[in-house]
Amino acid sequence: MNDFVKDFPILADGRYVYFDNAATTQRPIQVLEAVDDFYKRENANPLRGLYEWSVKATEDYEAARETVASFIGAASAQEIVFTRNTTESLNLAAYSWGNTYLGPGDEIVVSVSEHHSNILPWQAAARRTGAKLVWLECAEDGSYPGSELAKIGPRTKVVAIAQVSNVLGQPKPIRHIADLAHKNGAVIVVDGAQSVPHMKVDVRELDADFFAFSGHKMLAPMGIGVLYAKKELLEKMPPFLTGGEMIEYVTREDATFAEVPHKFEAGTVNAAGAVGLAAAIRYLSNVGFDFIRSHEEKLTTLLMREMAHIPHVELYGSRDPAEHCGIVTFNIDGCHPHDVSSIMDTDRVCIRAGHHCAQPLMQYINAPMRATCRASLYFYNTEDEVYRFAESLGKVRGELGYGS
Amino acid sequence: MAMDLKQMYREIVNEHNLHPTHKHEMAGPTVVLRGVNPSCGDDINLQLKIEDGIITDGSFTGTGCAISQASADMMLDIIIGLPEAEAERLADLFMRMIKGEASPEEIEELDEAAALQDISHMPARVKCAQLGWRTVEEIIRRQ
Repeated sequence: MNDFVKDFPILADGRYVYFDNAATTQRPIQVLEAVDDFYKRENANPLRGLYEWSVKATEDYEAARETVASFIGAASAQEIVFTRNTTESLNLAAYSWGNTYLGPGDEIVVSVSEHHSNILPWQAAARRTGAKLVWLECAEDGSYPGSELAKIGPRTKVVAIAQVSNVLGQPKPIRHIADLAHKNGAVIVVDGAQSVPHMKVDVRELDADFFAFSGHKMLAPMGIGVLYAKKELLEKMPPFLTGGEMIEYVTREDATFAEVPHKFEAGTVNAAGAVGLAAAIRYLSNVGFDFIRSHEEKLTTLLMREMAHIPHVELYGSRDPAEHCGIVTFNIDGCHPHDVSSIMDTDRVCIRAGHHCAQPLMQYINAPMRATCRASLYFYNTEDEVYRFAESLGKVRGELGYGS
Repeated sequence: MAMDLKQMYREIVNEHNLHPTHKHEMAGPTVVLRGVNPSCGDDINLQLKIEDGIITDGSFTGTGCAISQASADMMLDIIIGLPEAEAERLADLFMRMIKGEASPEEIEELDEAAALQDISHMPARVKCAQLGWRTVEEIIRRQ
């Protein structure tokens, strides 16, 4: 048993083994109550009203921004733009920065292990501006050799790359890649959706120009995400969405815009979500990333060892459990991932199956039927759950008519 | 009578997936159509021989989950030998069964394929079960 499980109402009865944390995590009572409290005690539209509730809502929303800034080591809260999720954050960067700074002949460097969220916005930016995509190909373990990183060159304007792949789990040396980008006059846009929940991230140590992540993969509500960007970049970029509460002055023909980050937060914001994210950050800080990493590594080691005993199971990515950030992707010979997940669901074991929004990677690793199964862990998972997962997995091939 | 999912695989899906009767290339099809579920990668190539409005032979090739492949095989068991209009009627019936909208008497007409009726409780797998039937409907509509 794990001390944290009792904080998670959906997990508390122990009926389900939830191993789809890379898709979204569960929420502890502390986060649920923070959101509930916001609506019960101080709900009003932040940044607008001149009465006590609205002032309090504004204070809490901006306090959440401060909490996020210090959590990821930003120089100031003005560098934190609240969005809906990582996808919106990356679209904001690709649109607003891309439209301003990309042109014909410029190169956008993306990696083959990116999530579609860090591919499609750049494909669209390339179409709009005449820039072209340059692909980095990974080794079998998910790492990127120097010969691939050497594709970052004088024509590179932006490097769009995930700190941790949502399929292979391999962490990338972001500081090294950022240095290569900067040496060539390019910016680096980091997808941190799978790293921020699992490791201490300091955007200034990484020297990231843009850094995107989602609240819902780190205990916070769905619908709140973050785009960090260096202030001098944000100040030069035009707004992404326009409308309410992002302006300075508006006339019939024109408008001037509010200061960053409000320039990028048009319309009524998700203040309760931001409050929930701040509560999630406090919870995670209490757990501590040392514990999170060591616990996940211990469970991943056990998981990979148990899976190695099951015939016909093929694992993808590094053989070193420490290189997985809790993400273990696999296939069972002859079994379609969707059948595997459906069968395991009847044992109340929740895993992801499909292309994981990473179809170029599915093609590149030559996954049969262009799909895989994925088990992804978090700090509240237990050894007992790993054994239940392995027991269920071990029976799948038989349930699908093989071997017996 | 609701069947649990493992039972459905054991009793019907596995046999048609692992030992299909109709999964092969055929000689002299009069019509060939590819059916795809882009989100899950189910991909079949359905081949039919239609002569004077009768489906006289059929086969399929392809890849995909067990439910998609087994459902296509069962479908061919049913429709080979039928007039196009009858196959189209059964396709419509199958679609309604999968949506939970067909009566028990109607479902009996679908023979073995009736075993897939509980897919209606699994929204994520509905498209898999429908792929073969959707493709044959498309073929008949285009005739």
